[in-house]
Amino acid sequence: MLGRLTIDAIPLYSWVAMGGAAVTVCGGLAVFLLITYLRAWKVLWTDWLTSVDHKKIGIMYVVLALVMLVRGFVDALMMRAQQAIALNSEGYLPPEHFEQIFSSHGTIMIFFVAMPFLTGLINIIVPQQIGARDVAFPFLNSVSLWMTAAGAGLVLVSLVIGKFSTAGWTGYPPYSGIEYSPGVGVDYWLWALIVSGVGSTMSGINFIVTIVKNRCPGMTYMRMPMFTWTTLCISILIAFAFPALTVVAAQLALDRTLGFHFFTNGDGGNMMMFANLLWIWGHPEVYILILPAFGIFSEVVATFSRKRLFGYKSLVYATACIAILSFTVWLHHFFTMGSSANVNAVFGIATMIIAVPTGVKIFDWMFTIYRGRIEFHPSMVFTIGFMVTFVIGGVTGVLLALPPADYLMHNSTFLVAHFHNMLIPGALFGYFAGLNYWFPKAFGFKLDAKWGIRSFWFWIIGFYLAFMPLYVLGFMGMSRRMEHYADPTWQPYLVVAALGALCVLAGIVCIAVQLYVSAKNWGSARDTTGDPWNGRTLEWATSSPPAPYNFAVIPEVRDLDAFHDMKIRGAAYQAPVQYEDIVMPKSSGIGPILGALSFVLGFAMVWYIWWLAALCLVLSLVCVGMRACDDASDFVMPAAEVARIENARLAQISMADMHDMRDFMPRGAASGAALPGRA
Amino acid sequence: MGEMSVTSELLEHEEKKSLDSREFGFWIYLMTDAVIFALLFATYVVLAKNSAAGPTSKELFDLGHTAGETALLLLSSLTFGMATISMSEDRLNRVVQWLIVTLVLGLGFLAMELIEFHGMIAQGAGPETSGFLSAFFTLVGTHGLHVTFGSIGICVMIGQVLVKGLTLPVRSRLIRLGLFWHFLDIVWIGIFSVVYLPGVM
Amino acid sequence: MTELTNKRFFHGVARTVPFVMLLASLLLLQGCGVSNAPVLFPKGPIALAERNLLFTAFGLMMIVAIPAIALTLYFVWRYRRANEASAYTPDWEGSWKVETVIWLVPAIIIIVLGTLVWDATHRLDPYKPIASDKPAFKVQAIALDWKWLFLYPELGTASVNELAFPADRPLNIEITSDTVMNSLMIPALGGQIYAMAGMRSELNLLADEPGVFTGRNTMFSGDGFADQHFKAHAMSEADFTAWKGEISGSADVLDAKTYVELHRQSVANPVSYYSSYEKDLFQLILRKYAPMVGPYESEAAELICRGAA
Repeated sequence: MLGRLTIDAIPLYSWVAMGGAAVTVCGGLAVFLLITYLRAWKVLWTDWLTSVDHKKIGIMYVVLALVMLVRGFVDALMMRAQQAIALNSEGYLPPEHFEQIFSSHGTIMIFFVAMPFLTGLINIIVPQQIGARDVAFPFLNSVSLWMTAAGAGLVLVSLVIGKFSTAGWTGYPPYSGIEYSPGVGVDYWLWALIVSGVGSTMSGINFIVTIVKNRCPGMTYMRMPMFTWTTLCISILIAFAFPALTVVAAQLALDRTLGFHFFTNGDGGNMMMFANLLWIWGHPEVYILILPAFGIFSEVVATFSRKRLFGYKSLVYATACIAILSFTVWLHHFFTMGSSANVNAVFGIATMIIAVPTGVKIFDWMFTIYRGRIEFHPSMVFTIGFMVTFVIGGVTGVLLALPPADYLMHNSTFLVAHFHNMLIPGALFGYFAGLNYWFPKAFGFKLDAKWGIRSFWFWIIGFYLAFMPLYVLGFMGMSRRMEHYADPTWQPYLVVAALGALCVLAGIVCIAVQLYVSAKNWGSARDTTGDPWNGRTLEWATSSPPAPYNFAVIPEVRDLDAFHDMKIRGAAYQAPVQYEDIVMPKSSGIGPILGALSFVLGFAMVWYIWWLAALCLVLSLVCVGMRACDDASDFVMPAAEVARIENARLAQISMADMHDMRDFMPRGAASGAALPGRA
Repeated sequence: MGEMSVTSELLEHEEKKSLDSREFGFWIYLMTDAVIFALLFATYVVLAKNSAAGPTSKELFDLGHTAGETALLLLSSLTFGMATISMSEDRLNRVVQWLIVTLVLGLGFLAMELIEFHGMIAQGAGPETSGFLSAFFTLVGTHGLHVTFGSIGICVMIGQVLVKGLTLPVRSRLIRLGLFWHFLDIVWIGIFSVVYLPGVM
Repeated sequence: MTELTNKRFFHGVARTVPFVMLLASLLLLQGCGVSNAPVLFPKGPIALAERNLLFTAFGLMMIVAIPAIALTLYFVWRYRRANEASAYTPDWEGSWKVETVIWLVPAIIIIVLGTLVWDATHRLDPYKPIASDKPAFKVQAIALDWKWLFLYPELGTASVNELAFPADRPLNIEITSDTVMNSLMIPALGGQIYAMAGMRSELNLLADEPGVFTGRNTMFSGDGFADQHFKAHAMSEADFTAWKGEISGSADVLDAKTYVELHRQSVANPVSYYSSYEKDLFQLILRKYAPMVGPYESEAAELICRGAA
């Protein structure tokens, strides 16, 4: 009836594990009680969970990412603490528990922090940047969100019922096969990946179509903002790469569940194929995480340098180059598998070539700063921190791309330091910059800058403290994933790294305080114009938060910096002669229901509860079938309602709130009265 | 009254736009599916000789049976094409008739495939026997699963055509289902020439 | 507001710099640790060549990296909002000259590095025998849970968790695994290569002089992974002769049955010696995971292939 699920699944084996389970359960319970106490279930369901509005979906993605960031970071803290004390001793974590922690840390950070964070920011911003009213497939968007959440839910549940994988976030067989990892851990990992991976694939398809089909008049490809460009590139990467993840995870699941022999030791299995398939997805994935951050940096650096982006075309070509090249380098993740020198050299050189467009980007941002008027808004400070730190990660990346050097550094803490050096400044700082930059757009008030700057300092100092020692430890021969060690010269470095993790903890606390303080003082930091930073791109043309339809009248674009150009032309904040009806997608409960079904399906597959899995599959098909027959998924918002919303918005914009555009006016134009007017 | 017609015009315009997006999106979906099949093909090619202690492809494949399957599937693609042509001529009953023929052919293919699978498993050549057979069953089975979903889709579409008539959304769905069905044909030609032909040579 | 943030930003820099410097010096005090770092101070020509490549590439990249970091910081400071005196060109959107430089300079460096890598990857191919006037000393290494078994075909002996070889001869290691994927590495002598069941990989190393180096599995392989290390002894002629005597005199014999015992999981297995081992043991272990299986040729083959599976 319940497959292999028994009472033994409750983690009574250690106090630390029990503690983790208790915190998870209490956290869930607290949220449940809070919502009940606030009597918010109905509002939550009708306004949020069933919403197909891209802005709300985006916000929910980011909330998911921030919650999972805390969980993933606790894992990091525990690992650093263990390694700081585990010289010639077991520390406080037994090997099996330590292994679960490093596995869940990587899985969570990649799949349930970085992916939802970037998908959330893309969701909130990209439709507005291209002058669209929504994404191409709003309902599909909701399904993507809930499948990602279902995957995250599976990882969280593994803390309470059963165990998580011990095979690392890459889960190489044969270790992750049923022979060497017989428990449910690897299955949790696999089903979390499969479920959320399908969600990501659908997001990718959605954004390709959105950007190709929904751009407003005048928005040619070479007028798309950089963030939209990077989104288009990574959406294509997702559509090409994520199927590989689905295939490799499904094959391993077949090996484990039905006794297939894709990757087993012997019986005709081939473990090297797993490494190839995984990294055919995995390397593009690195750029899927980093390129949107590059897009954010491009937006931020132009806005807060008060200057046009330098070398826009160059940046577009560089992005496209990186996207294409990202499919040609996967083998550099396993130079040490024994490929011939020719193969290794080709992949090594291909990898190094990526450094060229990446370097170009850094220089383009640098020349955007050059002769600008830099404001140290938190998002800009994160950008500067990124530019400096990312160069170091790029250098160590090229070092690892040299096969003979990789023979020395592979599987060492040097490698760990390198990819954290790419992903923390390269991706996470970008998302934080985006959070600080676009928060007013999503919520209508600005985030507190003081606490933003504080979080930055703690993050960057914490980063250097935590990862520079790991570079050194790599030289000293320390492998990654060691639960304890015998070399006393390693310990000081590991202690410093642990201090770094504490510093990052302070950074996370600062972000929490920043959110709290800003929400408390929201009235004094309101963004009435929809354009708090004197922005350049189209998302600043909408109100903050935007109306459900974003644009009452679809704008017409004449320049790369579309909104900047409108402000100068005096075309911003104009009311049309007449408003028109707008067609909007209806909310749908099928999205969250499909998410819930995929969660239960995953859970049933983990525990071999076949009837439940079959039931979920059938119910999912019924949901999809019902949706496929539904021809009335849209409704019409009448022109009068649109006019009411728009008039209220225009009424609250005062001349005083508008930005001074004199600096940007052509020389010799009237100077004093350069503020754009409105009808 | 006038307001109503403006609204319905607007809805129709939006619908056209959205159906246009759906067709483009469906092409991209087919591409992701093509990537899945490409990787399953690659897996099969890598593992094709890894028969472990089990039988080899030469001992298992029966080209005559496969030829039968191929004929059924290719024919079904043709009949789906006829359904599409009938749709463009607005002949509702013809559309339904051709769809039923397609469905029967598709189910026939599935039946033949199941007979083949059953026969192999009965003689101890199931997917858990060797890497070669794991890859074989996964590749051919995934294709079979797609045909199954396609058949369910045909059933749903027969219902929609009968209930709703050949409305704009129904036409669009039928075209997309057709794309899917023809795509499966192409994949099968790949399976025939990568799995079965080299397997008996 | 912005002014405040500006001030805070530079104030922050001023506060951070001494802190970071203090920390850097603390790390330098730990220099004794670094001077033992096997990757930076290798003990063999292969590791040295790999390290030198690392240093050369690092130096080459500094041509771009240092200006990138320095200019970024300088521009940020120079063009801060508070500095009204600095030039301001709000509509400057590009320059062919600058673009040419920023595409070409990194490209040239990568071309130089690329040729370097092509050559070095072939020169330092782990499979390539090391040129020497003396014949290579052959060892067969087998990864087990969680220990290393070394077979010495030349001596007919075997050892667990200890590798010994004459310091003046190149070391040729054939590697496989009778468990999950492992990776064999002796950092002071050179880079690593994976050990995979059913597959044979190879590593060629050479020591400068007699010495003792740490080797380990670097690929996570389960609960005993942290303790899966061993000592590699590069011995002088006299020492090696003595060691040969010791191992040949061992009472233990690694026949198929003992191997099945040894194959069981064990953590921090003590060093042990076997005066002889089952004939063709390495090939039998490879055969255990062969993609195509025929009948077993001997009782030992069947025991190793099935008993331990």
